[in-house]
Amino acid sequence: MSHADQPFAASPDILPLGLDGLLVRFARDFSDQANARALALHQALCADPPQGYLESAPALASLQLRFDCVQVDRAALESELRARLAALPEAAPRPARLWHIPAAFGDLNGPQLAETAALAGTTPEALIAEFTATELRVLALGFAPGQPYLGTLPSRWNLPRLDALTPQVPRGAITTAIGQVVLFANPSPTGWRWLGRTAFRLFAPEAETPVALAPGDALRFHAISAPELDALQDTGDPLGGARLERRG
Amino acid sequence: MSMLSILSVGPAVSVQDLGRPGWLASGLARGGAADRRAILETAALLDLAAPVAALEMAGTGGRFRLDQPHRIALTGAPMRARLDGAPLAWNASHLIPAGAVLEIGPSEAGVYGYLSFAGGIATPVRLGARATQVPAGIGRPLRAGDGLPLAPDPAPDAPTRSLPAPDRFTGGTLRVIPGPQTALFAPETRARFYATAFRAAQGNRQGLTLTGGLFTLAEARSILSEPVTEGDIQMTGAGVPAILLAECQTIGGYPRIGTVIPADLPRAAQSAPGTVLRFKEITLAEAEAACPTEPAELAALRTEARPVAALPGDSAALLGYQLIGGAIRGDEEEEWRAGSI
Repeated sequence: MSHADQPFAASPDILPLGLDGLLVRFARDFSDQANARALALHQALCADPPQGYLESAPALASLQLRFDCVQVDRAALESELRARLAALPEAAPRPARLWHIPAAFGDLNGPQLAETAALAGTTPEALIAEFTATELRVLALGFAPGQPYLGTLPSRWNLPRLDALTPQVPRGAITTAIGQVVLFANPSPTGWRWLGRTAFRLFAPEAETPVALAPGDALRFHAISAPELDALQDTGDPLGGARLERRG
Repeated sequence: MSMLSILSVGPAVSVQDLGRPGWLASGLARGGAADRRAILETAALLDLAAPVAALEMAGTGGRFRLDQPHRIALTGAPMRARLDGAPLAWNASHLIPAGAVLEIGPSEAGVYGYLSFAGGIATPVRLGARATQVPAGIGRPLRAGDGLPLAPDPAPDAPTRSLPAPDRFTGGTLRVIPGPQTALFAPETRARFYATAFRAAQGNRQGLTLTGGLFTLAEARSILSEPVTEGDIQMTGAGVPAILLAECQTIGGYPRIGTVIPADLPRAAQSAPGTVLRFKEITLAEAEAACPTEPAELAALRTEARPVAALPGDSAALLGYQLIGGAIRGDEEEEWRAGSI
């Protein structure tokens, strides 16, 4: 059953998520609109925290909020959220930050590129050209600290996950499925399709800014050669040659 | 600053405190002690203004030595503890002399024992806490030969204390509130879940899997990943229930039938393999009444902590004997041991 046609904007579900938390669910299927609403609500809450607000986290089509039960009760917070939701802009805010991230594709850095291109009905070169031409957004950070779900790619990228897990992709692996991209913060098994690799460090607990990306950030990948990626890895630069562009 | 030397250590001993809330938007769970109550008990036993970072010992502890006299507290899963070979009471605080060897053996019940220091472990604060979070790459389990800095004991001469021994190490019933996906489960599936006696299978700081039944959902494979939280009971793979614990991921795609309330999470985390667990669904209002805030829980523990010398029984009687006896005869210890009390 698909829920994509439901009018999520009118009245998202607000449901308990733990004793000190709740979930605002904009949709039960992914859509860019639902994700944009979750991000917009997160930014509105951060900018003007309601009574008892502790933290919020936007996810693919929902938002988690934790609150201090001493300062606010659940019902009062839900009313406040309903009021905020009614005043939320419909359109996604234009990302204020755009990351440019060097990445090597194919071969040892992306062994599943060729089969993924075949499945998408194109060549590896064309697939990578389309990939690097697309401005992606951080839809959510999760699974591992600093690890982004990125989206959304053109429709030919709507590919299923692999039936059998790849035993391990390395830190920095660029993987795709269902029109989205996951960039791996740590070595991990995965059913996502492995296309390329970056030297960008997503989580550095000892750094002043331990998590580089923020929900809503925009990203562009820039293709480099395998030797160029190796050289970037060797510099030890946690950003792996990435550059942050700030837009007004 | 004093130093704790790790002479030998079990495979899963790490520094833990109450974790690092506030990083969910970055994909980092709060983490911290698997049994948060044990950290609060420590603060009550050592009469600390606030909870401090301690050693969490999964399954077994190790051998430790301090270079300065320092009060410690032993809480959580009871373990065999000895100081230079002499037994030490669990759920109590003790003054440890410099140079003595503190040995903490396997747990007698439960999983996670805690060794805390009055000054607190003073390792660097990362993202607002000292807690080790191995899946996130923050810190690592301790190894033999490690040394850990301790802040000074604020009151080494303060009386040692004990707390009543709680039972949260033998399983029982965990109370559950509904979560965002509870309604996706068929009523008969939920009824079967709440009628099942489960056994704890494998557990770690991320979660505890249970045997006793499989609980599936027709549309499980098409569920969009959503935020998850500590205490969530997710149906993994073929429908195997797993309770998410302190180091769970922040977003997950397995369906979740409900959330174990915070007051019962220590009991869940302390369930060794084979422990029998059941679940009971309660309302949010009932859960709120059953779960004091952590400051309130700590305040209650402070009133329960008793100076060891003021306990009825041996210590007080000994004190009385010495006062009445007036002078040292030389044989009082034998008389004492002979069981006059």
